[in-house]
Amino acid sequence: MNALEVLRFAARGLAANKMRSVLTTLGILIGVAAVILLTAVGEGSSRAITADIQALGANTLTVSSSTAGGGGGGGGGFRALLGGGPPGGGGGQQNSGPRTQARPLTLDDARALADKADAPSVRSVSPVVTAQQQAAVYEGASHTIQQLVGTYPAYFEASNKPVAKGGYFTADDVLAARKIVVIGQTVAENLFGTVDPIDKRITIGGVPFTVVGVLKEAGSSSGFQDADDVAIAPLPAVQQSLTGFGPLGQVIVQATSAATVDAAQREITAVLNQRHGITGDQSADYRILNQATLQETVTAATGTFTVLLAAVAAISLLVGGIGITNIMLVTVTERTREIGIRKAIGAPKGAILGQFLAEATMLSLVGGLLGVALGVLGSQFTIAGVRPVVVPASVALALGVSVAIGLFFGGYPAGRAARLRPIEALRHE
Amino acid sequence: MTAPVLAVHEVTKEYGAGDARVRALRGVSLTVDRGDYVAIMGASGSGKSTLMNILGCLDVPTSGTYLVDGTDVGALDERRLAILRNRKIGFVFQSFNLIPRMSALANVELPLAYGGVRAGERRRRALAALERVGLSERVHHEPSELSGGQQQRVAIARALVTAPALLLADEPTGNLDTDSTRDVLTILDHLSVGGRTIVLITHEDDVAEHAKRVIRLVDGRIVEDRRNAPVDGPPPRRAGVGA
Repeated sequence: MNALEVLRFAARGLAANKMRSVLTTLGILIGVAAVILLTAVGEGSSRAITADIQALGANTLTVSSSTAGGGGGGGGGFRALLGGGPPGGGGGQQNSGPRTQARPLTLDDARALADKADAPSVRSVSPVVTAQQQAAVYEGASHTIQQLVGTYPAYFEASNKPVAKGGYFTADDVLAARKIVVIGQTVAENLFGTVDPIDKRITIGGVPFTVVGVLKEAGSSSGFQDADDVAIAPLPAVQQSLTGFGPLGQVIVQATSAATVDAAQREITAVLNQRHGITGDQSADYRILNQATLQETVTAATGTFTVLLAAVAAISLLVGGIGITNIMLVTVTERTREIGIRKAIGAPKGAILGQFLAEATMLSLVGGLLGVALGVLGSQFTIAGVRPVVVPASVALALGVSVAIGLFFGGYPAGRAARLRPIEALRHE
Repeated sequence: MTAPVLAVHEVTKEYGAGDARVRALRGVSLTVDRGDYVAIMGASGSGKSTLMNILGCLDVPTSGTYLVDGTDVGALDERRLAILRNRKIGFVFQSFNLIPRMSALANVELPLAYGGVRAGERRRRALAALERVGLSERVHHEPSELSGGQQQRVAIARALVTAPALLLADEPTGNLDTDSTRDVLTILDHLSVGGRTIVLITHEDDVAEHAKRVIRLVDGRIVEDRRNAPVDGPPPRRAGVGA
């Protein structure tokens, strides 16, 4: 009785009960596939969110004015992030708080932050005004730009928006308030189609601008805002023609390095508190969004999310496992008599145990491998806007657990039956 | 003179404990020589099935010794006992006990598979055994597709295929109609003529008449041991059946 023989016996045993074998396999398959797929979705969404945060720019702090409430501020920022839009999205609309003594952010605030003496950890400061939903026209083609950003050249680096074609505007352009603009991919496509947009004149809100560059495609248009539906122009040009010289929407501050982000935040706080006359327990009339802190928070949140999904998946695996257990127990109990017959004609205990173990292993292994195949295959598709990323550990765990369950609950009752005296097994009904 | 195929000495078997204790066998001694054809008779509850299960190494006695082909069964471990059951004993049950959803051929091949016989040789011997019981036409049928008599003949083929020293049959005709009973008894007679040692259990006199020696059990004791024909001669009803 060699191993091959035992395997052949097991295959025959499974074939004798096709329906039951298929259903058991299916149960394991679903459990394993669910674990792999759900953890992949969790991992995928967590990576997507991290990528979105990183797309906002490295080592940057976003200062925006706020109502004194504080609680709502963070939420607004988070929403803007999930939207994947430029940092002006959430903050820009909240800059007029109901608190009378709250002072808006001004260009002077921004200049103060750029002072190397007061804020040595700050590398660059970009004041930002945004104008929403601006109609742009080029030779009859029109497009509504979601975000028109007026800022300084440092904004491009700080907010991680490189150009793909053409160039940036310079500090000179800002000083001269030249009507030039760098547009996003969506804008370029809708206004120009295949035409090269560089040096073409478009009108935005009735004001003529010359296109000097096209931004690299940001791609991640997850949520409700298209990150590529933007135009960026020198700050005074936008203020003159569209927004007026009112308060700033935001100030984007880039720290000198990742290590100095927290120091920069303290310096900004000190400078702004002094300028806005905020002392002691007064709550600030601005808020600072720290990329690093935000990232930590979001990573922790998505981690919880992944754990939650994994828990759901683990439950389905557990249910699948109970299914296997049930089938194996029934199979062995039902076949105790058969075990008796086999013993009566001289089957050694090892051969019987081997057969049942092989049956259980085949069922759980085939089901598990099919489940892995299905899970990995399913992970190739985008699910609910998330591109799943398969976690190798989940594959190993799901497969391991299902095989272990199959082996134990197939092997244990079979071992018990194989140890019976033949006559006891034969009397079993 | 070789050792007897079966040598049972003062075997007892008790079930349960205390007041519920049942003494199924109260000291049975029995020797069966090679080539003999023994019928064990007795009423229900006389202990004949218990004796049979012990002879077939399916159960263990409470006390006493039991030798098959000179080997003391009580001294064997689980693994050697399996080998003994496989090589020395062929067992035919009243309820056939074929494995469902396996063809007749696969059922007959099974003891050879456990005995480690190669696939080709196994098939050849299994087909030969099935031919001997007249079932060459039905080797690929599953038990559910066979009549009771045919199932019992498959069971006999399975018991014979390892060429065991001893063929044990526990009421082999108990579940069969008259025609099938005759078929099975004819096969057993032929085997006896061929020199096979057979021990069968029955409570029917018709069946017992085929045996060379009849033993009667009452309340776990042998009360009668009658010889109808010599050990090395043909079974007594051989002529009548053959006609």
